[in-house]
Amino acid sequence: MAVAATTKTGARLSRAGRRPPTPAWVGTVPFFAYVGVFLLWPTGIVIVDALKNPNGAWTFSNISELGNPLVRGYFIGSFKLALLSSVAGAVFGAILAYAVAAGDPDGTVRRLYIAVSGVLAQFGGVTLAFAFLVLIGPVGLLFHASWYFEFPWGIGLIYAYFQIPLMVLVFLPAIDGLKVQWREASENLGASAWQYWRHVGGPLLMPAFLGATLLLFANALSAFATIQAWENQIAYVVPQQISTALSSEVGLTNVNVADLLALGMVIMVAVVMTGYALLQRRAARWLR
Amino acid sequence: MAAVTSLGETPIAAPAGRPRGMQASRRRRLNLFRYVVFTVFGLFFLLPLLAMARFSLEGANLGTWSVTAWRQIASYQNTGIPPLLSSIEITLELAVITCAVMLVLLVPTMVWVRLRVQWLARTIEFICLLPLTIPAIVLVVGLGEIYNKIRHFSLSALMLFWVYVILALPYAYRALAAGLSAIDVTTLSEAARSLGASWFTVMVRVIAPNMRAAILNALLLTAALVLGEFTIAYLLLYTNLQVELYSISRSTPNAGVLFSTSLAALLFAFVLLMILSFAGRRRGRG
Repeated sequence: MAVAATTKTGARLSRAGRRPPTPAWVGTVPFFAYVGVFLLWPTGIVIVDALKNPNGAWTFSNISELGNPLVRGYFIGSFKLALLSSVAGAVFGAILAYAVAAGDPDGTVRRLYIAVSGVLAQFGGVTLAFAFLVLIGPVGLLFHASWYFEFPWGIGLIYAYFQIPLMVLVFLPAIDGLKVQWREASENLGASAWQYWRHVGGPLLMPAFLGATLLLFANALSAFATIQAWENQIAYVVPQQISTALSSEVGLTNVNVADLLALGMVIMVAVVMTGYALLQRRAARWLR
Repeated sequence: MAAVTSLGETPIAAPAGRPRGMQASRRRRLNLFRYVVFTVFGLFFLLPLLAMARFSLEGANLGTWSVTAWRQIASYQNTGIPPLLSSIEITLELAVITCAVMLVLLVPTMVWVRLRVQWLARTIEFICLLPLTIPAIVLVVGLGEIYNKIRHFSLSALMLFWVYVILALPYAYRALAAGLSAIDVTTLSEAARSLGASWFTVMVRVIAPNMRAAILNALLLTAALVLGEFTIAYLLLYTNLQVELYSISRSTPNAGVLFSTSLAALLFAFVLLMILSFAGRRRGRG
């Protein structure tokens, strides 16, 4: 702090007499201008337009459209898919993370799994849908799953492909935080493996596990590319319906449908991410 | 939000260590469990890729082998869609431009905030992480109006870089923040300034070389993100690689070129992120 103060006075002195010093925050103006135009302004447009009718007049009756059975259907679809893929991804990802953590901390297996997880967690584009189509789709090489085009099972399985690696990345530090001494202590006191997990390991990992599940949930909510490439005919989830609404204003009348759905999504994701942040803070207590 | 955490920021530091005093029977059971888990998950992750590889090598008749689909990457053109090669070019150019703009925007701002405007640090962090809560599919709804204005000046798909920088903010920010906190920015810049360096020299020749690994992380994560982006390009009616692949799949669902290009793009991203993982390791040790 003291050093920073010296710099400030030094800079001021050298310029004194020529012109009044420019405040330091001016240096951040380009950044704020950029995010203002391309992040904050579009978000503002979504929120404002969601509360207006197409003629530009303010109205709050749009909000009640969120209760419209049609609209509610998309949110329920999104919720189902996100729940299925996040719970499945979290459980299987935790098992895999535990298997990885149990090995040599500097070994090849661990490095390989972390690197591969990093790649696959990003691999959520349209290509993922192609890969599963030729594996278990109607022309599949492995087998022809009759449920491949069933919502949410088929797409849920595809989502697991990027949810499990994401879980490994997020959850591995938590498992690494479990100290060997805790296990040894409980064994010395006569605890069985089950008792250790029930009373020590489980409760310690629970906040991190729930937090990671919420993160996966938000991740599934906002995914669009894969499900769009999976099945183009029917819109099951909110992002697909936003896409349809952007290209045609059919269905609801007098409402800026896309904006309204988008606002609903922001609220959903914000709630989930707040929960994630809170749980993460709780989990961090043991991970020092 | 493709992924919120990426391997660049995974703590690679050693955990508590291999349990030493473990009983032999428990160790055996644990090892068995690990091998079963690795096999099952390995198959789950590998099989879709293998199926894609097999389809990309399918000959004219079912069950035959051929490399036609891989050759087609350079020449494929479907009616009504721009040639495949042009969209590959656009995507690569977008990756380069986005990386450059991201660096120029973010590095000086973050260094400056650390040196002179500490009170803005929390605000900047909040804004940089905001795109995680505002998914691309939401952002694109509001972007329509802004891109209508941009189209007055240029119709090129390269204009997508404006919003791609925003999408990359959370990942780039966290990578750069990790690098910045590892060096003493104040001392470095004061030393350079007192020796007469300009702020430009401080950034380019003093700060940047000291956080090379973090900058590399940020660049690779940004590039990987741009290579896989579909939502915004598709809804703003631009054609990048992913949109092109999507269009091809809609008109010719079984085109072999679909699988060869997808696989090639994936392998490319894989190489990028492998570089990242090894660069990150070196930094962790040194």
